[in-house]
Amino acid sequence: MATINKAAVQIRATVVGNKRVGQYYQLIISIGEIANQCRPGNFVAINVGGESSRMVLRRAFAISRVSESSSFGGTMELIVAPHGSGSKWLCAQSEGTVLDVVVPLGTAFGIPTEPVRVLLIGGGYGSAPLFGLAETLHARGCRVDMLLGASTAGKIYAPMEGKRAVNSLRIFTEDGSMGQLGQVTDPIKSLIEDLDIAVIYSCGPMPMLSAINEITSGTNVIHQCAVEESMACGIGICMTCVIPVKDEAGNLSMLRSCIDGPVMDGASIAWEKTGQVI
Amino acid sequence: MNELDFSTTIGNAWFPSPIFTASGCASSGRELAQFFPLHDIGGVVTKSVMNKARHGRPTPRMAETPSGMLNSIGLQGPGIDAFIAKDIPYLIEQKARIIVSIAGETVEEYATLARKLRSVAGISALEVNISCPNVENRGLVFACDPDASRRVIDGVRRTIGGEIPIIAKLSPDVTDLVAIAQGVVESGADALALINTVLGMVINLDTMRPHLGGTTGGLSGPAIRPIAVRAIYQVHAALPKTPILGMGGVSTGRDALEMIAAGASAVSIGTASFTNPTALISVQSELKELLRIKGFESLRGAVGFAHRPEGVVQ
Repeated sequence: MATINKAAVQIRATVVGNKRVGQYYQLIISIGEIANQCRPGNFVAINVGGESSRMVLRRAFAISRVSESSSFGGTMELIVAPHGSGSKWLCAQSEGTVLDVVVPLGTAFGIPTEPVRVLLIGGGYGSAPLFGLAETLHARGCRVDMLLGASTAGKIYAPMEGKRAVNSLRIFTEDGSMGQLGQVTDPIKSLIEDLDIAVIYSCGPMPMLSAINEITSGTNVIHQCAVEESMACGIGICMTCVIPVKDEAGNLSMLRSCIDGPVMDGASIAWEKTGQVI
Repeated sequence: MNELDFSTTIGNAWFPSPIFTASGCASSGRELAQFFPLHDIGGVVTKSVMNKARHGRPTPRMAETPSGMLNSIGLQGPGIDAFIAKDIPYLIEQKARIIVSIAGETVEEYATLARKLRSVAGISALEVNISCPNVENRGLVFACDPDASRRVIDGVRRTIGGEIPIIAKLSPDVTDLVAIAQGVVESGADALALINTVLGMVINLDTMRPHLGGTTGGLSGPAIRPIAVRAIYQVHAALPKTPILGMGGVSTGRDALEMIAAGASAVSIGTASFTNPTALISVQSELKELLRIKGFESLRGAVGFAHRPEGVVQ
């Protein structure tokens, strides 16, 4: 039985940096030694709105990377899109704000034991955790190629420093305002063959993950994807964030994306059944 | 100063603290145990379990609303056999006090569940959830029908015998809650759980359709607290000897004391655990402190205190 991330703790954590990056905000939050327990793919659940807020639910964000800073100790970086009232509140917090954070949560991307060739695919701000992952994979000796896609240039998140661990980076926008005109899924099939890809890591909207899985199914490529489903608690007790998953015998279960995910084996997900009664 | 007696009883079951989890808001305890020892709270009320494994409703299953949320889970669960095999032993190992919540689609299913639990050791009480709003057919909400409520409780009571206390969980979405409460107590319920979530709906303005996969959902959180306090007050006034497990939007010690003063002998924490995984612990310590400040020597002394005759001071 899957269990909650054994390293998960509830802490008070201080915002030590907040800057706007394109249409997103880059928040740096001091989390001390817990940073050592965070793996690429893990997420955090943060209280929003302050003491008298009418927002009762935590907001979940992927950890884009962790680092050791000389002045703040361990920190984590979040890339936040100010979409709803909770994320807008978080993006408006300045340095010094103390947040109630549960960290780290969920599963992490599996790192290959051999230095195989891997392809990282990000949609919108879903690219954020892929740069930390790229560094880990690069350190393992893997050749890392990356594809990023979004509807328009402002929604591409691709920091300069993040590209160091990446052999090649191609960008696709649906309006052609950055990189190539088209969808991030367009070149996957040929890249798998040309680069002899063993593992695809993906993070982004569910239709993108599903489209990638259609391409990898029937091949030997392993597809590890970070899924997205609306979540009330992040710690496995509300049962709202479920995803239909097949076991080896083909039996379907509704698994919690906060406990059995967010990183799941793409081949095990019953994509056609998401959002339905199974 | 004497030590505060914080204990409570529900039927013949004794608990060192009146603060419990709420069914459906703690799964079977494993996840919250990452944040505090389950032995430290009054009891764990497990997620309502049915006879067979159940997948539940489609996503999206939740929507945040002002000071609350709607959920539409639809009683997803492992089924009673897997629950007895895996979850009960875990809770016993954690030295948690266990209140098992059961739900069924028919009167017979409730009796079947009671029969399977009858011989299981280590259960302090049984919550009979006859009021889950997230079922396909609203006709299945037994707690909306006085006769159906009585039949379920009567069946469970006959099956389980007289040992284990039965707590009937009722819905506030009825015209005459007191009549339904009186009916289930006459049929053998030792206690009442008040309130289940309130039926609600959110329309998604992007799709211009109901947001939840299950169309309607149960509203919980601070938004429904005054409804819960009212329900507890009305039922305690009519049935002062029947213990009430109060719940609905409690997130602080003061909220819990409000329910206790209205007539609750114990209080469950539900949605607040989503906001704060250690809410049970903070509510517990805040409640203790408040009782001391207000001069109560025991929790029991505060139960129903809002009903005291004119002229009685604290």
